This record gives sequence, C-alpha cells and structure tokens, in this order.
Amino acid sequence: MIRTLKGIAIAISCVAGALVLAATDSSWEMEPMKPDLDDVASLQRGLALYANFCIGCHSLQYQRYERTANDLGDIPEDLMLDNIIFSGQAIGDYMTTSMSQEDAEVWFGMAPPDLTMVTRVRSPKWVYNFLKTFYRDDSRTYGVNNKVFPNVGMPHVLLPLQGITEEVCYGYQSIEILDRLLEFDAAAAEGNEESLDRMQGREPNCPEIRTLPGSGLYDEEQFDQAAFDLANFLHYVSDPTRQERKALGTYVLAFLFILLVLAYFLNREYWKDIHNRKSN
Amino acid sequence: MAESTDRQGFLSRCRTWIDERFPWTDTVDRHATKYYAPRNFNVWYVFGALSFFVLLLQLVTGVWLTMSYEPTGEGAFASIEYTMREVDFGWLIRYLHSTGASAFFVVVYIHMFRGFAYGSYRKPRELIWLIGMGIYLVLMAEGFFGYLLPWGNMSYWGAQVIVSLVGAIPFFGPDLMEWVRGDFVMSEITLNRFFALHVFALPGALVVLVFVHIVALHHVGSNNPDGIEIKSKKDENGVPLDGIPFHPYYTVHDFLAIVVFLIVFCAVVFYAPEMFGYFIEKPNFEIANPISTPEHIAPVWYYTPFYAMLRAATFPLFGIDAKFWGLVVMAGAILIPAALPWLDKSPVRSIRYKGRISKLMLALFVTSFIVLGYLGTIPPSAFATLLAQIGTIVYFSYFLLMPWYTRREKTKPVPDRVTG
Amino acid sequence: MTDSESNLVTRRYLLLATSGVAAVGAAAAAVPFVRSWTPSAKARALGAPIRVDISKLEPGELLGPVPKWRGQPIFVLYRTESFLNSLGQDASKLADPQSKKSTQPDYARNEYRARDVRPEIGVYLGLCTHLGCSPQHYDESKARKKVANWKGGFFCPCHGSRFDMAGRVEKNFPAPTNLVVPPYRYETEDVIVIGEDTEVA
Repeated sequence: MIRTLKGIAIAISCVAGALVLAATDSSWEMEPMKPDLDDVASLQRGLALYANFCIGCHSLQYQRYERTANDLGDIPEDLMLDNIIFSGQAIGDYMTTSMSQEDAEVWFGMAPPDLTMVTRVRSPKWVYNFLKTFYRDDSRTYGVNNKVFPNVGMPHVLLPLQGITEEVCYGYQSIEILDRLLEFDAAAAEGNEESLDRMQGREPNCPEIRTLPGSGLYDEEQFDQAAFDLANFLHYVSDPTRQERKALGTYVLAFLFILLVLAYFLNREYWKDIHNRKSN
Repeated sequence: MAESTDRQGFLSRCRTWIDERFPWTDTVDRHATKYYAPRNFNVWYVFGALSFFVLLLQLVTGVWLTMSYEPTGEGAFASIEYTMREVDFGWLIRYLHSTGASAFFVVVYIHMFRGFAYGSYRKPRELIWLIGMGIYLVLMAEGFFGYLLPWGNMSYWGAQVIVSLVGAIPFFGPDLMEWVRGDFVMSEITLNRFFALHVFALPGALVVLVFVHIVALHHVGSNNPDGIEIKSKKDENGVPLDGIPFHPYYTVHDFLAIVVFLIVFCAVVFYAPEMFGYFIEKPNFEIANPISTPEHIAPVWYYTPFYAMLRAATFPLFGIDAKFWGLVVMAGAILIPAALPWLDKSPVRSIRYKGRISKLMLALFVTSFIVLGYLGTIPPSAFATLLAQIGTIVYFSYFLLMPWYTRREKTKPVPDRVTG
Repeated sequence: MTDSESNLVTRRYLLLATSGVAAVGAAAAAVPFVRSWTPSAKARALGAPIRVDISKLEPGELLGPVPKWRGQPIFVLYRTESFLNSLGQDASKLADPQSKKSTQPDYARNEYRARDVRPEIGVYLGLCTHLGCSPQHYDESKARKKVANWKGGFFCPCHGSRFDMAGRVEKNFPAPTNLVVPPYRYETEDVIVIGEDTEVA
C-alpha cells in the first residue's frame, strides 16, 4: 500500500511538472496590492471616496450603511448622515445608488454593475490597478480607456484627483524606431518575407502610464493611497465578516487542539487493552 | 448506599420497560458493544465514520440555511447575501455548508479508494458496495442541484452546461432537456424544482441509503486491510479471535478522527472558505446572468475528473457526434466502479497480497483520477485534451483489464490471522 | 492498588474530561444556530422608529389607519377631558391601576399613562397582554351599547379582556397587565416618534 502511494505521488509530480504551461496573460502587468482590513482609517477614507465618486452610479445593494458605520470604527449616525449618505436614505438602508436602472441603461448602454462583491469576483489587486490605469484615448466615447479593463464603458471618475493620464509607448514613436528601421533594412536585404511581415504587423508596446504633472488634485503617492483605500474598502464590503471570522477561528482551533490532546490519550488508553492482548 | 441502589434499580427498570417495547439493548449490542470489528483497521478506515459525520453536519446546516433562503430568481442570490451579512452567524452556517459539500466528497472519495485497495467490494460485500454506489450517485446529484441554489453566475452556467448534456441523447435529447428545465432556459422554474430535490427528496434518499449501507455492513461484518474474514476463526463463545467490540474501541478511535477532521475543516471554514476558488468559484459572487457566460467555466472540483473525460471525447464515432460520446464516457466513468465485484478475479482481496500489476494499475488509476481532476479545472488546450484522453484510457483500463490482470498475476500468500 | 486498577481510574478520568470538554464544544457549536434565530439586521432596520402626525386627531378619536411599528399595531388615542378627570374614580375595578406590574417607559408610569407634555394623547402597543390578540377600540357610545355602564376603551375579541381608555385592564379578566406603552417622544407638538425615548444624536 505504502509503495503504491509513493508511486502515485511520483507519477503526479511528473505530470504536474509537464503541465506548467506559460498560460499567463501577456497584457498589462498589475502592480501588487495587499489589502489591510485592520487599517480602519484607510477603510473610512475608502468609504468617503466611494460615497463621493462611486455611489452615484454603483450600488452596494447587499450592504447597509449602518453595518458599514459600525464595522468601520463605530462612525456616529449624524456623521454618516452628513458626510456619507447623500440621497436622503436612512442609516438602516442598503447602500444603493439613486440613479434609476432604466436611465442608466439609456445613458451607458448597460446599468453600472453592483460592486458589493467586486473584489471577490475579481480581486482587490484588480480593483486597485483598474482605478490607476485609466488613460486618455480619444477614440473612446468618454475619451478614456483602461489598461486592465480594455474598452471599459465608463468615464475616468477619479480624474480630478489623479489628473490627466496618457500611455507611454515604445515602438513606432520612440527611439526604438531606429533599431527597428535597421532591423527592417536587414530583413529586406535578406529578402526574409516572414520577418518583414512580423515586424510590420507589430503593435506598439505601451507598458507605462504617465500623469501630466499638476493636472490633478493629488500627487502620485496620494492618488496611489486613494486607489488603495477604495480597493481596501471594497474588499471589506465584499465580505464584512472576514475579520470576525478569522478571530473566531482562532478560538475554535485552540479549543479543538485541547480536545485533540484528550481524544488522543483517551484512544491510547483504551487501545492498551488490545495491544496487551496481542502480546499475550 | 441504599440510595444509589435505588437509583440503579430505577434505571434498570426503565431499560426493562423500554426493552419490552423496543429492542433498545438488543440494538446497542448488535451494532456497538457486541459488533466485532477487525482489530487491524488502519487510518483509511475512519473515513466511513467521517462521511457519516459530514452527512449530519450537512443536514443540520442545510435545515438552518433553508430558514433564510428564498428559492426565487429575484431573491435567491440576495437571500444568500442576506444570510451571510444580516443573519447572526449566518456566514458561519453558510460556510459550514459550502465547505461541508467539498469535505463530503473528500471523505467519500477516500472511503471509496480504501474499498478499491482492500477489496471491500468482494463477495459477500457486493451489496454494500452497490448501495454505496447509490449513495455516491445521490451525493453527486445533491451537489449538482445544491450548486444552482445560490443563483450565482457560475451556478447558472454550470447547471446550464450539465443540463445541456442531456440534450446529447439522440432523438429525445432536446425534449428531455426542456422537460428537466421546465422552460426554454434555466429559470426560476428550474431553480424551484432543484430546490425541492436538494432540500427534501435527495436528503431523504441519502439518509435511507446510508442506513441500509450500515445495516448491510453490520450483517456481513467489516473487511480489513488484510482482506481476510475474521469470522472464520472464532473462540468458544463465538467471538471472532481478531474481532474487538466496536464500542468502545472504535468509538474512541473514530472520535479522535473526527477531532482531527474538524481541525482541518475549521481551518478552511474560518480562514479560506472559498479555498482559492475551488470550493466557491469567483464568478459565483455575481448574480446569474443569462446573457453573459463567465470567461472560464469549470465545475466544482469534485466533478472535474469526469468533466475532463467528457471534454476528452472530441471525435465522432459510428456516425454519432462527439457530444454524445462525451456523455457516454462520463456516465460510464461514474458508473463503472459498480462493476468491480465482478471484474476482480484475484484469489486475494487486499492490495497487500495482490501482484505487481494490480499495484501498478491502482497507482495509475489514482494518478489518472487526480490528473483528470486537475485538467477539468483548466481551460482546454490541445495538450490538455491529449493528456485527458490518455488519462481516460488509463482510468478505464484499471477496470476493463482487471479480469485479465488479476487472474494472470502471481499473488502473495495470505496470512491466517490479521497482521499489524 | 494494582496496576490494572490504577489504569481503570486513569481511564475513567480521561473519559470524564474528554466527555466534559466535548460537551462544552457541542454547546458552543449550538450557539450560532440559536443566535441565528434572533431578529436580523433586516428585521431591525424594518423595526426602525416611525413618525406619526396627530395634527388631525380629534378628542375621543383613535388614529386610523393604525400605524405599524416593528410590524405591530399601535393605538394613538386622543382622550377626552372628562375621561382624564375620571381617572382616579374606578381604581377598585382595575387590576393594576398604578401600572406597577405593567410595562411602560418611566415617563408614562403615571395615572394617564402618557408623557406629561400631552397627557391627553395615549400611545399603546395594540396587543392584548394575555395572548397577543389585537383589542378593538370602543368609544363611549359604542361601549354603552355593548355593556351597560362601561365607559369604553379596548375590548379583546379573543378572550374578552377589557381595558379602559388609559389601557388599564379591568379586574377578573384573563389579561394580567395593562396595555404596553412603547417608547415614544414628541418631535414637534403634533409629530410623535414611536420607538425612541430620546432624540438619538
């Protein structure tokens, strides 16, 4: 049996090794982002940003204001009513947008999605990068495009904070063009058709986004923080019991380990009978 | 100490009163204190008890979830979030149930593997094995129907794909598909009937089958890692020499196993209830959307070996298209273990005393099952499909070649009494 | 003590300790299932305080349609001057005339069972303290037709308990205590907030 198991383990590791495929998306490389749900100040700033920039279109329809206020450091009701709840809703209401779904469909083509669980569908990292990578693209309806969500159908809402952003491209428009021309000549001289086609069809490579200095309210660091706070807040909203769950888990596991010790010795105590009988 | 004798007298009078009306003492004796189990059970033998424990867990948490669930297209998704956010400890009950579903399959698969290895399906335990297969099928249906209930986008499209399989059956397929759904697409009507099956019909069937499974087991007695009958060697009182009372020896043993299981289980429930998208898939946090399929559809991990085999059928045969053969392969893969009692021709039961080929085939079988399971979770590619095809062949060879290799190979001598 | 005897003692203690700890665990595991039955955030949100405008209420009238607070009927009754003057007269007929055993906020623990600001307005939870049916209102003329010399109030159709206009139960009826006064306050002279004692900051 043991040998059989070893055989299984070896076989699986061989197949697994063969299966490591380069399946990663070659598109935008996302910056890392690790949410921090213990940072209540960040979550509160995220809530304020959400209330000011997002909730006009995107509901958090499964989350109540009251719950949010209680979880994010017991924010008093009047503070919530004055600074967060703009739509005449009550503290016990769900955090829904006041924009009607029908209007939204006419304006945007489709209703802006609910974002309660966006970080569970995507990830906090995705949201963070999404918020940071809007860039100017005059071919789009709202004049902007996005790196992690290409052709997204929404305007760059945080533009007043971030400022005007443009993509930085290498390839046709940059110094690289010289290298490319030389390469091109060489290929043409050799009559290498395949190589020529490949180079002519090459897309410009735009791996960076540049902010026009002074065009936004925030500098880069401040804006990064704002994007982090928003993503962090949405991560909290996606599963508000996360912290409570982990805290409870510690107690449960501690209890189970005590029970484990007792169960282990109890089992050993009873099985002494059997082991003694065998040796007789 | 007149008082204590009085009390004992009262208790024993109570027992007599009950025993005259219900076989209480008799039942306890027969199934616990005088049920003699082989003394050489190893760790693989705890998974039956664990399966039973998980069944209870699923029944209790399921009843509680039903209390705040709303089986409507409009309300189902929101009612799950309501449970998770607004019902006190609702999140815990929900995660216990969703993690419990996966845990159920983990313990049942290991329980089945133990049967494969030690020949627990061999005469006279064929019926236990078949009832077990029945439990397994009902469990798969339970998981499938249950997965639709949160009405997330993966629930919706996963169910859509599986129901569409029915459509592969020649002639009746399309009509049958409509009949199963009760609509032209997956809809609230489908949700309602799946809810009824998941919450009432199938759990009932499961409880009855588990009961019958245990009654049959206690009638013939348990197999053991050596695969020999302990009942063939008895002492003067008719007690098997290698048998020990199930209670207390295996109750304390199984209790320890349950505690170990709970530690692993709770670690998942409290720290990683989605299990990185394997237990609760990411698109299921989005409400069902009949016009937008998630980018990558994969069933929950416990179906993926069979899903990979379904996808491995890529070519038509005998003028019938590949879709139908995929269904045949998948159904065959699920059902074929039921034939084991009649496929295994070896003179010995346990893998311990079988020959090299049997050991190799078992290792290959488990490997193919795990590799297929992985392949079922990733998007199809030419290489993955080829590997799945090889895996499918290996999977079926284990069963279909068994009459040949078990008869042919040289076995080791089986001991008289249990070892270890 | 022989070796095997001391072993049995160890075994007994181990068994007790394990069972004890396991029992504690089982009890703790039951807590979430019990707690999940308490009113959820949704139920609590629906049970938020309500506002009632009484500017159009005339003396002797019951506010209708009866507003609901936490899904329960609420009686808002404008008592006549003559009733308020007669409050002390029939104390011997009542089960709890001083509302000692009954449930009400401290500011309503008085003869007329209302806030001092407007003693003529009575606010009651419209559920009989016996088994929870909703009593019917009988004004003076309707009451006299039903029972001779009953001055009116509330009559429970389920088990026949009678209450006066201050919600006080009469003796020898099944209801043990007076109608419950819910927490309430005046936002303005004519707007009552039911479900709150004081203004929440």
